[in-house]
Amino acid sequence: MTPTRKKRLMLIVMVFLGVALATAIFLTAFKENIMFFKSPTEINAGDFPKQRNFRIGGMVKDQSLQRANDSLQVSFVVTDHAHDVTVTYQGILPDLFREGQGVVAIGQMNNDGVFHAEEVLAKHDENYMPPEAAAAVEAAKKYKEGSN
Amino acid sequence: MLPAIGQFNLILALVLSLLLTVVPMVGYAKNKANLMHLGRPLAYVLFALVLSSFLILITLFVQQDFTVTYVWQHSSLALPLRYRITATWGAHEGSILMWITIQALWVALVAKFSGALKPDQLARVLSILGLITAGFIAFILFTSNPFERTFPAPLDGRDLNPLLQDFGMIVHPPLLYFGYVGLSVAFALSVAALIGGNIDEHWIRWSRKWTNMAWAFLTMGIILGSWWAYYELGWGGWWFWDPVENASFLPWLAGTALIHVQAVSERKNAFRGWTVLLAITAFSLSVLGTFLVRSGSITSVHSFAADPTRGLFILGLLAIFAGGALTLFALRADKLKSTESVAFDSKETLLLANSLIFIVATFTVLLGTLFPMIFEAMGEKISVGAPYFGLMFFLIMIPMAMLLPVGGQIRWHKGALGSSCLALWPYLTVAILLTALTWWLVGGINVRGTVCVLGAFWVFSATTGQFFQQKKHASFVGMSVAHWGVAFFLFGMAMVEHTDTEKDVLMRPGQVIELGGKTFEFKGVEWVSKENYRAQQGQVVVSEGGTVIATLKPQKRHYPKQQNPMTEASIHPGLTKDIYVSLGEQVNDAGAWAVRIYIKPFIRWMWFGGILMLTGAVIGLFSARIKRLEQRQRDQMMQESLGLS
Repeated sequence: MTPTRKKRLMLIVMVFLGVALATAIFLTAFKENIMFFKSPTEINAGDFPKQRNFRIGGMVKDQSLQRANDSLQVSFVVTDHAHDVTVTYQGILPDLFREGQGVVAIGQMNNDGVFHAEEVLAKHDENYMPPEAAAAVEAAKKYKEGSN
Repeated sequence: MLPAIGQFNLILALVLSLLLTVVPMVGYAKNKANLMHLGRPLAYVLFALVLSSFLILITLFVQQDFTVTYVWQHSSLALPLRYRITATWGAHEGSILMWITIQALWVALVAKFSGALKPDQLARVLSILGLITAGFIAFILFTSNPFERTFPAPLDGRDLNPLLQDFGMIVHPPLLYFGYVGLSVAFALSVAALIGGNIDEHWIRWSRKWTNMAWAFLTMGIILGSWWAYYELGWGGWWFWDPVENASFLPWLAGTALIHVQAVSERKNAFRGWTVLLAITAFSLSVLGTFLVRSGSITSVHSFAADPTRGLFILGLLAIFAGGALTLFALRADKLKSTESVAFDSKETLLLANSLIFIVATFTVLLGTLFPMIFEAMGEKISVGAPYFGLMFFLIMIPMAMLLPVGGQIRWHKGALGSSCLALWPYLTVAILLTALTWWLVGGINVRGTVCVLGAFWVFSATTGQFFQQKKHASFVGMSVAHWGVAFFLFGMAMVEHTDTEKDVLMRPGQVIELGGKTFEFKGVEWVSKENYRAQQGQVVVSEGGTVIATLKPQKRHYPKQQNPMTEASIHPGLTKDIYVSLGEQVNDAGAWAVRIYIKPFIRWMWFGGILMLTGAVIGLFSARIKRLEQRQRDQMMQESLGLS
């Protein structure tokens, strides 16, 4: 083989290996960091990923927010007007968090049936409903109408 | 009266931009010089019209004309003058009008500063730019008219989103749009070249300047966005991998690949097709970004009022621009075939590698951003978390940082890879020593952080060493400055991501806590009245070793028209660290508050790195070599035209 050919072959092999490696890494990173979104109705039916983080969305139920007096522990109920899920969270809630408004939280479902949030998401604008929360409420409405 | 004039001017502008699309192109096709020459005046008038519309909208905000729907929705009687002006681009309709104004400005600038282009080349470029402008003007007229009226006018407006009542709003969007839109020049050049079926180095040299400018603006816009998010959102983060951030990052990545490949294709007849393809990609991504932001099809913290028709319209524009350009590319790419071969051991190869790395990064981010949409179409709602982007980006940037010094070392045309790598040994040694020193000083950084720090020192020492060994001319100095920027950015990012301290605590008035060798005393919260809001203002005294270093006053602002308060962090900035305090909420009646206390080391180095990068791009504009070559081209054109007549 001439030196040029050798180099060219090396280049092709390197590119091939690079692409294979990149794809493998991509798929792994992707599989681990993809997060499903579930509504309270779906969670109630047991349709949610176990032992890994996912997103829950809906409305914060009126008068469900409870605060510990001596720590940053809070709990509230997320509802899609068909089913409820209790969420606990340790930390500071975003400015736009309000009872009766849409919310999205990231965390895991515990065996006790309580959702342990690691993050409660904020939105920039109060005239705006997180699309996921809106979708959850919408889906529940349809579900209710269907069952009536 | 004014709103009607504004609207009328926009309609006229649409007609003019269509003329700009058609007339010079027909002139080119029929080889009629007088038609081709019409492009220039058309571009100027187009800009004047669009600018007048934009100024009218600003005037309407200043005058508080609540008969205009857009004005009362985003302003109020209590809003201070400076924010009334910036409210003009505070929401969808006005920001699109600003987009068009900047687009028309770029078109006018292209028409003015294109002495190095032949008339038929300029005619084609202006025609393509006219088409792009027409698309966006049609978009605003048909889906997002800012001059729509409401009768009877409301007595007061709905007020501007408090987050947007800030200095960041004045500068961040305009600069970002300058960048987005600026990429359309390189795009127009590529399409014009494909139509003509040839592209020479004069074209690329000409478009390189515009690309550098656009890229510099884009960089500045992104930096400001990051800085704004950091101090305004009250969460202390500087990048969230939010879809809308990604929308600005995608064209930046593709643009970075583009300016590196242009360095080759401007010098020799190689990588020409790749240059054209990258230019098409970069601008298409900025239109795609607009689609993602405005259609509401992706969950994001940036919430423009979602409207499916708008999304569809932009998708249509994207299909026409990107689809048309790519089809043309498929048909004509063989005419752009490179005639000069490139040796493997050369700067050219490394610049090609750079562009490949950045394009891989672009597609990784693009996939992560678009996947939720694809899944949604299949009925499953998902989101892709920040860790995905963080990890992928980290992995992709390793080869980038590794190869950068090699690219700086090796020579053009025919170099020697082996000896270049050998020459780099001292720099690597220095980098390893400095990394060890940092490790010892900071006291342990995790693997990812260490790799980033090593990369930063490696890039820094090699760039510095190479800087002092070579003859300095503008493009070399520009490159070095930009690469120092890469080093600063990497270092700042590694430090802030891997050695920062964050604490959310409940604090009673008078309580003292310790964090990172400093004490924070919470003095309580009191009400204060400001310009157009009232605020609960906390006081936190930060001391180190008994001496007070800062008194921070974070606020919880309450605006009369908004139900929810807004958090305003208080930051004590510093060269090596920022101290960041923001208020959560009042937890009990005894005056105890949830308080966020963050220490962010070296965060400013990151933004400083970005500023160095764009400074480098601007310095590169003053290259004497390019000026000389352009002068030669101009002389040659002059001679030709004299010879012909």
